[in-house]
Amino acid sequence: MKQKKSFGEIVNVIVHKQIFIPLAALFILVVFNFIADLIVNDGTSFFEITYGMSKDGYHVLSGNLITVIDNASELVLLAIGMTLVTAASGGQDISVGAVIAIAGSVILRIVCGDGSDANTLQAPIILAFFAACIVAMLFGAFNGMLVAYFKIQPMVATLILFTAGRSIAAWINNNELPVMNAPSFGYFGKFIPGIAVPTPVLIAIAGMILIGLVLKFTNLGLYAQSVGINPNSSRLNGINPEVIKLITYVILGFFVAIAGLIKVSRVQSINYSVIAKDIEMDAILAVALGGNPLGGGKFNIWASILGAYVIQMLTTTLFRYNVDATALPAYKAVVVVVLVVLSAPVVRERLNRLFASLKSKNEGKEAA
Amino acid sequence: MKKRLLAMLMSVTMVAGMTACGGSTPAPAADPAPAKTEEAPAVEEEAPAEEAEVEEEAPAATADGELIKVGIINNDPNESGYRTANDADMKATFTADNGYDASFAYSLKNEEQIAAAQKFIQDDVDYLLISAAGTSGWDTVLTDAQNAGIKVILFDRTIDADESLYEASIVSDMAKEGQTAVDWLASQNLPEYKVIHIQGVMGSAAQIGRTKAMDDMVAANDNWTMVTQQTAEWNAETAQQIVQSAIDSKEDFNVIYAENDDMAKGAVAALDKANISHGVDGDVIVMGYDCNKWALEELLAGNWNYDGQCNPFQASYIDEIIQGLEAGTAPAQKTVIMDEKGFDAKTITQDDVDKYGI
Amino acid sequence: MQDDVILKMRNIRKSFGGVHALHEVDFTLRRGEIHALMGENGAGKSTLIKVLTGVYQKDEGTVEIEGIQGEANIRSPQDAQNSGISTVYQEISLCPNLTVAENMFIGRGKGAFTDWKSMNTKADKMLRELDIPTYATEQLGSCSIAVQQMVAIARAVDMECKVLILDEPTSSLDEQEVEKLFKLMRDLKAKGVGIIFVTHFLDQVYEVCDRITVLRDGGLVGEYVIEDLPRVKLVSKMLGKELDDISDIKGEETGKAEDDGSVPVFEAKGLCSTEGIKPFDFYIKAGEVNGFTGLLGSGRSECVRAIFGADKVTEGKVKVKGKEVTIKKPIDAMKLGIGYLPEDRKRDGIVSELSVRDNLILAFQVMKGFFHPISRAKAEEYADEYIKLLDIKTASSETPIGRLSGGNQQKVIIARWLLTHPDYLILDEPTRGIDIGTKIEIQKLALKLASEGKSVTFISSEVDEMLRTCSRLVVMRDRAVVGELSGSDLNQTKVMATIAGGESK
Repeated sequence: MKQKKSFGEIVNVIVHKQIFIPLAALFILVVFNFIADLIVNDGTSFFEITYGMSKDGYHVLSGNLITVIDNASELVLLAIGMTLVTAASGGQDISVGAVIAIAGSVILRIVCGDGSDANTLQAPIILAFFAACIVAMLFGAFNGMLVAYFKIQPMVATLILFTAGRSIAAWINNNELPVMNAPSFGYFGKFIPGIAVPTPVLIAIAGMILIGLVLKFTNLGLYAQSVGINPNSSRLNGINPEVIKLITYVILGFFVAIAGLIKVSRVQSINYSVIAKDIEMDAILAVALGGNPLGGGKFNIWASILGAYVIQMLTTTLFRYNVDATALPAYKAVVVVVLVVLSAPVVRERLNRLFASLKSKNEGKEAA
Repeated sequence: MKKRLLAMLMSVTMVAGMTACGGSTPAPAADPAPAKTEEAPAVEEEAPAEEAEVEEEAPAATADGELIKVGIINNDPNESGYRTANDADMKATFTADNGYDASFAYSLKNEEQIAAAQKFIQDDVDYLLISAAGTSGWDTVLTDAQNAGIKVILFDRTIDADESLYEASIVSDMAKEGQTAVDWLASQNLPEYKVIHIQGVMGSAAQIGRTKAMDDMVAANDNWTMVTQQTAEWNAETAQQIVQSAIDSKEDFNVIYAENDDMAKGAVAALDKANISHGVDGDVIVMGYDCNKWALEELLAGNWNYDGQCNPFQASYIDEIIQGLEAGTAPAQKTVIMDEKGFDAKTITQDDVDKYGI
Repeated sequence: MQDDVILKMRNIRKSFGGVHALHEVDFTLRRGEIHALMGENGAGKSTLIKVLTGVYQKDEGTVEIEGIQGEANIRSPQDAQNSGISTVYQEISLCPNLTVAENMFIGRGKGAFTDWKSMNTKADKMLRELDIPTYATEQLGSCSIAVQQMVAIARAVDMECKVLILDEPTSSLDEQEVEKLFKLMRDLKAKGVGIIFVTHFLDQVYEVCDRITVLRDGGLVGEYVIEDLPRVKLVSKMLGKELDDISDIKGEETGKAEDDGSVPVFEAKGLCSTEGIKPFDFYIKAGEVNGFTGLLGSGRSECVRAIFGADKVTEGKVKVKGKEVTIKKPIDAMKLGIGYLPEDRKRDGIVSELSVRDNLILAFQVMKGFFHPISRAKAEEYADEYIKLLDIKTASSETPIGRLSGGNQQKVIIARWLLTHPDYLILDEPTRGIDIGTKIEIQKLALKLASEGKSVTFISSEVDEMLRTCSRLVVMRDRAVVGELSGSDLNQTKVMATIAGGESK
């Protein structure tokens, strides 16, 4: 059965894989930065990673690449949850940013206690995190319930929290903006003393391992896809489509809580109106960049994760080249348009045909 | 449409909740009563021009009217610590005990604010206090207010409308704030200024005012250079990423000029990660705005160098003007600019933190 | 071009990812003829039609159309329409949320504006002419499937077409409607329209067609004038082998017809669901094949759906192997050893974008439970086993099921249930819209299961299929059970009489 494949065939196989688009995008960004390094040649490299010393006297890694994977962490976690939600419910949760604000607010509310001392934890962080998880998962369940049982379109259902979420977050802390300066509170968004890798990176990896295990040891993947493609058929095969949809929203809520922890830990405070602003759009974009159909059904979680890294890489690259502040979103939009168009099935079909015709021409030449 | 509806619903319930907490049930407060009777005829004179509805309501307002009815239109208090403090200040001043019957409306959107203003005109308030989300589109509604005999006082934000349409405008001078800050920076007499400038939401009054002073200074002096100038849209984390990017690119800088405290905090987080010293006697000067309490504490601890005040406490100014108008004296000038300070880490005291921290 | 030839396709090739769907196929259509395109599922009929209508691009070959100089360049359905080719597909491709008139005329106006009034008048006129029981402003989705199909044909007919393609138009029509359609086809034929007729109903082919082109495995078998090709020959051409007599399977004595006093595998008393069927009693014993029969809409599907818990059961008592049980949802039935192949394969059966393998293991997987996924290797093994066992034609077990032909999709769904090793399998219209060879295979399979001691309920619109396979028939009319036939009563006349009601002769 196994034959040696020609280079062309291998290329063809890769091009057909879903993960090709985010990979290609990543590749283009890498090449761009590489060339830019050569042209600018100011003694710095995008790819340089330094092993330096932090303020507290610990060795830490730094450099643009580290920044990319560090800052992408929240997006990666959200992309995981968003992919599942998209697959099962055929729509997206646009309230993730607002629920991050809620989760972050819960965490700060608990660790700050009565707010008398901003330098010592009033309650264990783990307790605060568990509370945030429960709250975020409950809000996820609320969204999921509207989508699964009341059959409201996901975007519309989650619009409720999208609108109200940040006010709820503010209400949790009585409209105050708490600050928690205890060093240990910063461990989750910065570094744990003695570990050279930024903690968010480790958390994101843990999240990936977790979802990997869940997908391997449960039928979540099969059920979510099946429900997303054909709920009728799924039901007749004994799956409860409503429960599956609900579960995906609750899982997303869990990942939102983790992202919330990282976010508030990074700056050790919260600003309800700007924390995780527009992150839902980036999360949806990550799913789309991963080549996952936004109408639900088949998904590849790893492609979404890669998509999340691509988005952060793009942001960091743009920051690096000092793109004029007001123009930044425009640049991003252009790149996004190109990537999304490239990953559209119609365009890929055309590209495949183009490759095929090029291939047959080459073969023709060889034959001659 | 749905979204807007939800937002309205949300804000209405919040207002209801908050006014309920404030206990705004009209109590027989004596003082403002005479002033009110003077006010009432003026309303009636104007009223015929308007719809019958208003006319009918006008006497009602006078009947229970020991309190001065004010409608306050503000931005969402969750927007920032500044806004929270501003809103709290308003709520503390315009109470029944102080002789006011205050209603609040919040929105970050101009058209929603205008709708709220129209509603207040319908409710026949005596004064309309507005912190406008946008500068334009207010002419019609302000003319309506004038026709209904309602006096308008702007606070915090100015608008593009004829001066005759409002009694007074109490504002911060953002350009002056910026100038104060940049002058302070110049007074540090560094041989060279290499600035990372983190801007607020582009086009906002605060951003324009605070940016201009810095831009002018950099343009005018050879030893001032702009290492990077980007907007973090008031967001701490974006500010962190911008500074991180500068550090990763091995840029050389010695000043971080952030247009609010949150962004300064984000910038400092990036400095800490890279083990770059900052604050008093540090390698990098850190500047912020708004005088959040925690920010002033950073100053007190010497971690930051400067924090510019953006005074959110306009309520007492407004109260003064209203009392004056009730007594029949117009404010001395249309535009009242509030006193604003800049704090230096070397001179700040705990008293300052307690007094000016928001 | 000969003067009466209006469409000439030569050496058409088309492949999908290395699988040849069409291989050097020729097809010729003449003016004023009804030309049947025959073949098993997967023979390439659908692909050929999609190439002709521009849905697919051919890899090689030429298409010539009368009135168009040189080679016709059809790159999209729009091109096809402009070249005078109209199509009515097997699955209705109209918009259910638009009105009948809108469906008939939309996308055809030259300008940006629509004159609603004249459009509706015109539509009503056409509907009357064609005897279609609906009106212009009715929302299409609220019409019966048959009427929707008729509207689709009306739309195609109105487009001044030279070539009309009818892809399985009759599969959801009842006899009278089919007659109306045939009348319409003959009218069009008289006007000189060339009609390509794709169907699985042999009777219909012999009733209206002039010529037959037979395809097999993506290749051309031949073109025949109808008189030269008797049915048996046609079937053998389609199957590619001499037919070992379809009636073969009839010979086997099927199951136990009489009540032998044993405990039924499944028994229901006064069962009734939200779908408006009258309460009914039903039982099936081990080793028995029985069936529900009745006209479309008589409630036979609703009965089996109630048995499986697919619709909400409102009342009734259910016993499985003598033990009283409650079946509230499909998973309850599955756990009791019941399997159900739904009537509408596309809507309720396949999960189209998932692979053959995932589709095949789905029910078994669900029964094993959420936390016990079947390993990839094991799934692969099951898939290979059943692909071989049922002779499912697919490029690999990785292929999305949606790419398979209807018959092969149906086989995968059957395999899905076989894998769960049910004691009682319900097959609701397993033979609808699939080719004759597979139909026979499925009927044989039902009998084989019974001989292994399983119970099977078999539903089909074709009475002779039911007579061949079932030992007992439950007859339905107007959503109620009206009779039960077994033994010597199992013959066409008796069944028809029972379906029609008491006073038939």
